[in-house]
Amino acid sequence: MSESLVTVAYIGAIILFILSLGGLSNPETSRRGNLYGIIGMSLAVLATVFGPRVTMAGIPWIVAAMVIGGSVGLYAARVVKMTQMPELVALMHSLVGLAACLVGFASYIDTSIAYTGVEKTIHEIEIYIGILIGAVTFSGSVIAFGKLSGKISGKPLLLPARHWLNLAGLLLVIWFGREFINAPTISDGMVPLVIMTIIALLFGIHMVMAIGGADMPVVVSMLNSYSGWAAAATGFMLSNDLLIVTGALVGSSGAILSYIMCRAMNRHFISVIAGGFGTGGGTVVAPADGQPAGEVTPIGALETAELLRDAKHVIIVPGYGMAVAQAQHTVFEITKLLRERGIEVRFGIHPVAGRMPGHMNVLLAEAKVPYDIVMEMDELNDDFPTTDVSMVIGANDIVNPGAEDDPNSPIAGMPVLQVWKSKTSIVMKRSMASGYAGVDNPLFYKENNRMLFGDAKKMLDEVLVALKA
Amino acid sequence: MSLTIGVPKESFAGEKRVATVPEVVEKLIKLGFAVNVESGAGAAANCSDESYRAAGAQIIADTAALCAQSDIIFKVRGPSAAEIGLLKEGSTLVSFIWPAQNPELLQQLAARKVTVLAIDALPRMLSRAQKMDALTSQAGVAGYRAVIEAANAFGRFFNGQITAAGKVQPAKVFIAGAGVAGLAAIGTAASLGAIVRANDTRAEVADQVVSLGGEFVKVDYEEEGSGGGGYAKVMSEGFQQAQREMYAKQAREVDIIITTALIPGKPAPKLITAEMVQSMKPGSVIVDMAAEQGGNCELTEPGLVVVKHGVTLIGYTDLVSRLAKQSSTLYATNLFRLTEELCKTKDGIIDVNMDDEAIRGLTVIKEGAITWPPPAPKISAAPPATAKPAAAPAAKAKGKGHGASSAPMAGTSLAIVFGCAAALFWFVGAHAPASFLAHFTVFVLACFVGYMVVWNVTPALHTPLMSVTNAISSIIAIGALVQIAPPLADLGTGRPDDWIRWVAFIGLALTAVNMFGGFAVTRRMLAMFQK
Repeated sequence: MSESLVTVAYIGAIILFILSLGGLSNPETSRRGNLYGIIGMSLAVLATVFGPRVTMAGIPWIVAAMVIGGSVGLYAARVVKMTQMPELVALMHSLVGLAACLVGFASYIDTSIAYTGVEKTIHEIEIYIGILIGAVTFSGSVIAFGKLSGKISGKPLLLPARHWLNLAGLLLVIWFGREFINAPTISDGMVPLVIMTIIALLFGIHMVMAIGGADMPVVVSMLNSYSGWAAAATGFMLSNDLLIVTGALVGSSGAILSYIMCRAMNRHFISVIAGGFGTGGGTVVAPADGQPAGEVTPIGALETAELLRDAKHVIIVPGYGMAVAQAQHTVFEITKLLRERGIEVRFGIHPVAGRMPGHMNVLLAEAKVPYDIVMEMDELNDDFPTTDVSMVIGANDIVNPGAEDDPNSPIAGMPVLQVWKSKTSIVMKRSMASGYAGVDNPLFYKENNRMLFGDAKKMLDEVLVALKA
Repeated sequence: MSLTIGVPKESFAGEKRVATVPEVVEKLIKLGFAVNVESGAGAAANCSDESYRAAGAQIIADTAALCAQSDIIFKVRGPSAAEIGLLKEGSTLVSFIWPAQNPELLQQLAARKVTVLAIDALPRMLSRAQKMDALTSQAGVAGYRAVIEAANAFGRFFNGQITAAGKVQPAKVFIAGAGVAGLAAIGTAASLGAIVRANDTRAEVADQVVSLGGEFVKVDYEEEGSGGGGYAKVMSEGFQQAQREMYAKQAREVDIIITTALIPGKPAPKLITAEMVQSMKPGSVIVDMAAEQGGNCELTEPGLVVVKHGVTLIGYTDLVSRLAKQSSTLYATNLFRLTEELCKTKDGIIDVNMDDEAIRGLTVIKEGAITWPPPAPKISAAPPATAKPAAAPAAKAKGKGHGASSAPMAGTSLAIVFGCAAALFWFVGAHAPASFLAHFTVFVLACFVGYMVVWNVTPALHTPLMSVTNAISSIIAIGALVQIAPPLADLGTGRPDDWIRWVAFIGLALTAVNMFGGFAVTRRMLAMFQK
């Protein structure tokens, strides 16, 4: 295949990738979108393999690598539980980051393409930046994976003077960058390159370690963005437009997701992209003084079932607690039962519910909840006053009325689901502990609120039994 | 040693209620108490001795034996002189007492050295006390029954109907006083299809009236009528004049009047005069729920139903007893909630904790010492007037948050963004060679395409979006592919072939994990999204 044919194939792949993302605008077209992605990827890989840049000698290597990696990937995709999706995605980001690093190093020691003058400098800057982003993505994603899977504590680790540490790291990276570009030979340049890689790895670890559990949706989408930029940097390095375009698509997709997540938590986009969590006083602030004290009204599974049975309109607000307790299937059973009795049941999803964007939607879809009763926050926030029962399952901060009423609340201004406006709200929770933001929730003390304490799965099972009786 | 709760038969003439019902007996036993019920106590409220026994209670033949064997007595009405004599020293009595109206009853009980919890003395404004609020639960029953009595005496439908024979006008009901009883009456009458109007001196209940399907009729006079503790107060002369005019007007228009106006410790206000009754249409009905306190209507005869000037005047004082099963169940549940508060340890021992604001208010006699009246409650009844202005800016701020994406950016920040972009582009253009610029163009355009495409993605599919972008970012594989075995002609001097091949091999394997895994898991997820 000639160089021109390969380029045309790349253009085809680019179009298919864009169509693939466009297909996700609607669940109906999304399956076809995924298919476009697969075709695009196959087209790109095949065109490259049979193009002028790869000789027949490489085919066995390529096949071996593809078979090894592909079987691992397919196996993981088959066995992963939907509640573990955030972990899987984080792990995959780390692979992209690591691959970008490796390609960068390989490109640096490859002497077959000689550049001179400004082109050489630019090529080296591209390598340097590509490896930098790749390394940050890699180590950050590994830590994010650890935190999401519970192997590392979800609590933010805050080193003293951590912003100065980050600044020092950045200055060192710039200084070694100068050394690297001025290095006369490849072996001379290797030293600053390796040192920079280590700094970047440490920076990635440090950045994600400083982030609490509730901010994980932002982190995961931010790392998604970084992995895209890493691919784009690799594209510049190899002068490959396909990589540049794809990387830019992925990078902007991740950036938009992080922006949506930030807005849903009323946090600033810039401070997140820079890894500056906790500076604005969001996550780690201790509970404010004068928090709403009062009596909560606990109820049991039987009374919950009665409330649900007597209701006409029900809204269920799931949170991470539902995922932890694996309660989504029981939730669906209850939903089905209520719908059979002519009760309107809808789900209210807050953008940051769960550990990654859209996490709750996937869990509910897995439990076969029809997606047309799963609503976004803005779609049903006005309907709460006409709702009889709102059931909050394992969520806390996203239903905190303090965000709207109390300007001193650490989460003030964050848009929340107004469950307290419904006739009765039921909050399922393990205990009275506060949410990730460390803010007490005035909802619990409202007159029309009831608390159903216990493990979400166990309590919902009891509710289901009571409903069937 | 757990305590025993005794439930005697009510001795007051015409009282059909009972202080506990079999369903609640079970719950009390779960709290650790033993329960004694006097034989026949629940008979008038459709609770047989057998049903109590089945629930785990012990049936005792007479009141004297019951009191002798019980540590806690649950009653509805305050005890008679004979019953006081039966109370065991050191025992606890829970019932309606009305300590303000019955000081001598309080003295007699104190002399018996008992502890008395007056369920009517509950601080009603304490939100957690609402579950124990028997006044509210009983008033709700009375309000419901008042409408049923009115419907019974009224000669027409409540709801408007279009029949084959012609149109039937809906009944018009006016309810004076929108307390708990009034609100229950509004809800009941509205659900029967009547046109319901209501009035109350407390303007803040207007929303509640409307929410139950009623229409709030205002008195054309400015005065705040909240008297603290959730009751109305006596109004000024000017207000009363305006109020009388409004009532006179309503009396001419409506078919049914239900009056619920009560002022604590005082005779009921006379709202409906004889002339107003005269002005009503023949066949109209007045239910005077304040009959026991003298009545809101001048012509009411307490306890009786009379017809005067063609208007049926219902002065029953036992509306609650006329729905004995319902009111007993609610009352029993109130007492059960109170018992829960008294017995937080769930071991069948009560603790009359005088530091607890709710319990303190209830306790009128503690071990023979009169503790009534309690110190003034700290919480005000009326919603603070500042609440509304405070809510408005919050709503505004929220509106801004939602509209942020669509609202155009402020002029200055837009200028700064353009300035920065211009400077960056100038820097790139001044230094970079043409080959780089071609890629840079592609990069910038791709960012914009990505921006446009991704904003269209529905939030429900954000997780599949992430996994598919993840799969797509394995396009880095191309980088590894071109390094693994480039054409021999390209092999320059001293290229570390093996090194590059192995590094690229590992890179390729890693991206293959992503490539296959990412697409496969996206496929699996998307297959789950079903209508």
